[in-house]
Amino acid sequence: MSASTSPGAPWIGRPLRRAEDARFLDGSARYVGDLKRPGMLHGVVLRSDHAHARVRSIDARTALALPGVVAVYTFEDIRRLARPIPLRLGPCPGLERFLQLPLAEGKVRYVGEPLAFLVAEGRYVAEDALELVQVEYEALDPVVDVHAARADRSLLHEALGTNVGSHYTVEKGDVSAAFAGADYTRRETFRCHRQTAAPMETRGLLAEFDAAGRRLRLWGATKVPFYNRRWLAGALDLPEAGVELIEVDVGGSFGVRGELYPEDFLVPFAAMRLGRPVKWIEDRREHFVATNHSREIECELEIACTLDGEIIGLRGRLLADMGAYVRTNGGLVPAKAAQFLPGPYRIPNVGCEVFALLTNKTPVGTYRGPGFYESSFFRERLFDLATADLRLDPAEFRRRNLVTAGEMPYGIENLCPFDADAAYDSGDFVLAFERALAEFDYARVKTLNGTLQDGRLQGVGLGCFVESGGAGPAETARLKVAAGGRIELYTGCSTMGQGHETAMAQIGADSLGLPVEAFSVFHGSTTLVEQGYGTYNSRAMAMGGSAVKLAAENLIAQLLAHVARMHEIEPAALEYSRGAIVRREDHRTLATLAGIAAAAQAGDGQARAAIECSGTFNQTRRTYSYGTNIAHVAVDPETARVEVLRFLAVDDVGRAINPLLVHGQMLGAAVQGIGGTFLDELIYDEQGQLLTGSFADYLLPTATEFPNVEVISLEAVPSTLNPLGVRGAGEGGIIATGAALANAVAHALAPLGVKITELPLSPNKLAQKMREARAAAE
Amino acid sequence: MSARHRIVLTVNGQRVERDVEARMTLADFLRESLDLTGTHLGCEHGACGACTVQLDGNSVRSCLIFAVQADGARVTTVEGLAVKGTLSVLQRSFQQHHALQCGFCTPGMLTTAQAMLAENPDPSAEEVRRAISGNLCRCTGYLPVVAAILDAAAQLRSEAA
Repeated sequence: MSASTSPGAPWIGRPLRRAEDARFLDGSARYVGDLKRPGMLHGVVLRSDHAHARVRSIDARTALALPGVVAVYTFEDIRRLARPIPLRLGPCPGLERFLQLPLAEGKVRYVGEPLAFLVAEGRYVAEDALELVQVEYEALDPVVDVHAARADRSLLHEALGTNVGSHYTVEKGDVSAAFAGADYTRRETFRCHRQTAAPMETRGLLAEFDAAGRRLRLWGATKVPFYNRRWLAGALDLPEAGVELIEVDVGGSFGVRGELYPEDFLVPFAAMRLGRPVKWIEDRREHFVATNHSREIECELEIACTLDGEIIGLRGRLLADMGAYVRTNGGLVPAKAAQFLPGPYRIPNVGCEVFALLTNKTPVGTYRGPGFYESSFFRERLFDLATADLRLDPAEFRRRNLVTAGEMPYGIENLCPFDADAAYDSGDFVLAFERALAEFDYARVKTLNGTLQDGRLQGVGLGCFVESGGAGPAETARLKVAAGGRIELYTGCSTMGQGHETAMAQIGADSLGLPVEAFSVFHGSTTLVEQGYGTYNSRAMAMGGSAVKLAAENLIAQLLAHVARMHEIEPAALEYSRGAIVRREDHRTLATLAGIAAAAQAGDGQARAAIECSGTFNQTRRTYSYGTNIAHVAVDPETARVEVLRFLAVDDVGRAINPLLVHGQMLGAAVQGIGGTFLDELIYDEQGQLLTGSFADYLLPTATEFPNVEVISLEAVPSTLNPLGVRGAGEGGIIATGAALANAVAHALAPLGVKITELPLSPNKLAQKMREARAAAE
Repeated sequence: MSARHRIVLTVNGQRVERDVEARMTLADFLRESLDLTGTHLGCEHGACGACTVQLDGNSVRSCLIFAVQADGARVTTVEGLAVKGTLSVLQRSFQQHHALQCGFCTPGMLTTAQAMLAENPDPSAEEVRRAISGNLCRCTGYLPVVAAILDAAAQLRSEAA
């Protein structure tokens, strides 16, 4: 970290330490669980023990008799207001029929589905009371995998007559002709396992209602507070301006937090009904059944290519396990998995049939790199099976088929029902690929493939990816000149731990020629800017950051006009320079930010109007980041334990506002993905019971497992789609982890005849594969 | 179940005397009764390490012990790590190495690391990794945390020398 810190140097691009760190280090940060309001009550959710059952009765009389218990709400209590939780993203045809109500109505469809909301004076009492509620169930046949779902023998939503949530086909080129005429084809079925993001802070909400003012405040919001406010206002029959969603410190999201969930309705509903603040904090056991799952997809994929390795076609069939209901992210995960099956490669003929299927499991949503992690694994694994057949070098095969810089912009056409005519705007995929190979010394390391070194089999694997991010709806920022010429910066973006307070200030600083210390950054309330949106899909810098830049440009124009009016000269005769408005001809300072702020403070109406300004950045086209991951592993042939000897992720982020933060995002994403590939797995039994419902069963990487991870973020090709040139940076590190690791393990175990087509690469699964391979060889 | 007990303990150098329910965890006592909300609850079953505090110098999971068990003890939470109002060497090293993102696991990392360094002022990277292996973090990938602790150890040794 050698960036200059001289005051004149640009702030964008400096690895600045985070301004927000102090409060996290001394314990003064405030997460939703830390908040208290006078007279506050505590809510807990009664959840279904059954995966699939009719609910005959819920008897809460004993619970209500317990001292300290205030209320128990079931579906009957919310019937008048209840509307299904909306589908915000990923509207694959048909999915809108399978939405979830905040409380189950007569039937439960997954273990953990909310049946009742119980409110008491304290959390201990509330949990005592929960055990006293009697629920009578009539068990039904659970549907626990996609094949059972497709068979439609047991129906989750009887009235709809099917478990097929959505079924569609997309195509580019002439797939049948390409496969009919191909020299070589290979088909394989791949499976990606069910995972969840598991942020360290579980979800939580605190609602307070001012009945006289018809005003609701809801703490604990994040991600998309503006969208959620609009829906909540409608659902609770309040004016939108009367609902404030407040984001306090947030303990990680990775996609799962901040969506509308049943509790987002239940907590404010109870607070309004009872006239007292109500807090609900999800416990970890609940989190595993209540918060979105992701990633569970089976994919049959077939490649067609020439004998010397030119890909001419790719076709697949995706079976996505959606869980019991369609939530806010709709069919985004399977749709993106299908759309990005071709990834960064030039493949003229691509087809995919997509089934989104309902099962008696927790509903799914997005998790960092949604659909991209899965499809990268399917594609890259198939590539290495094909190159082994054709005796081609895996790197040479990829090099030959990567879209080149000269082919940009490269249309990926209509492979998604809700993202027409998508295109990669710019980029140099080959450059990132070659950089990764060179850094890794790939040509040398790959000679170790399948060899026994100190008793362990070694393998090296590649994975290339593209990842979409950073697009509309519009995002807004507001700047205000405060006393002393300090700048208040308000953003509609949320932050879940990324460090936006620092990065936004860096953009503001360069835009206004001021030091970052002059900025105070405010985010986290729907009242700060008129129309913000939120943070997801690696969009905060591309959208929110660009809005800051535009707001600064607007502010400068406004200040120039104000000073020109005061001095009765043309604005064109003035220029803005580092906090001052100067006359062009002699560079004489006519006004300063501090001076104009002081005039505004003293009651000058024109000055007051001049010191505050918004900027809105609108871009509906997505940016794409891209890169290559390489893994080198050693596998114990006896225990199947895999050690990651070295893992490298190279990603082009276009431009890094703060390289320290980008590096942190990439490294964290890579380790999260490596852990997800070997450890994390949500396992259900045949009855639809989740077997991995605690941190003792759902394994996450710890500090000891994967210490050999390196990341390189390139700033090779700036995006053309926003004034900062940034591409998304939050997800790139995770996307090809499964792909590269699966290929590395596959190359290590090739001498044993083991074929890798499924994740996770857990020791028990690998050991089983090794036993099967040995048995087959005998 | 609701029998109350009087406990007296020292928290971050301050004497504290309170009546508590027998079943109240130390974590809830710190957070709810003393408003020391820097101690975080990530799992409430002793697996994630976010609630780690020091009890008589040893790092313990405050979600796994009852407040009554801390009667007479000396407890240090993250709020007690700063020295005379300024961040400690270890805390500053976390900032320096970008060893925190969302910050939720950070208090447990700090209390664990500080207790470890008190016992072993010159740890190897492997020893640091093992010491914090009971503290889950989903943001950083751990590498910056390990670097921060090693760097803090080196600084503390040179200060002591």
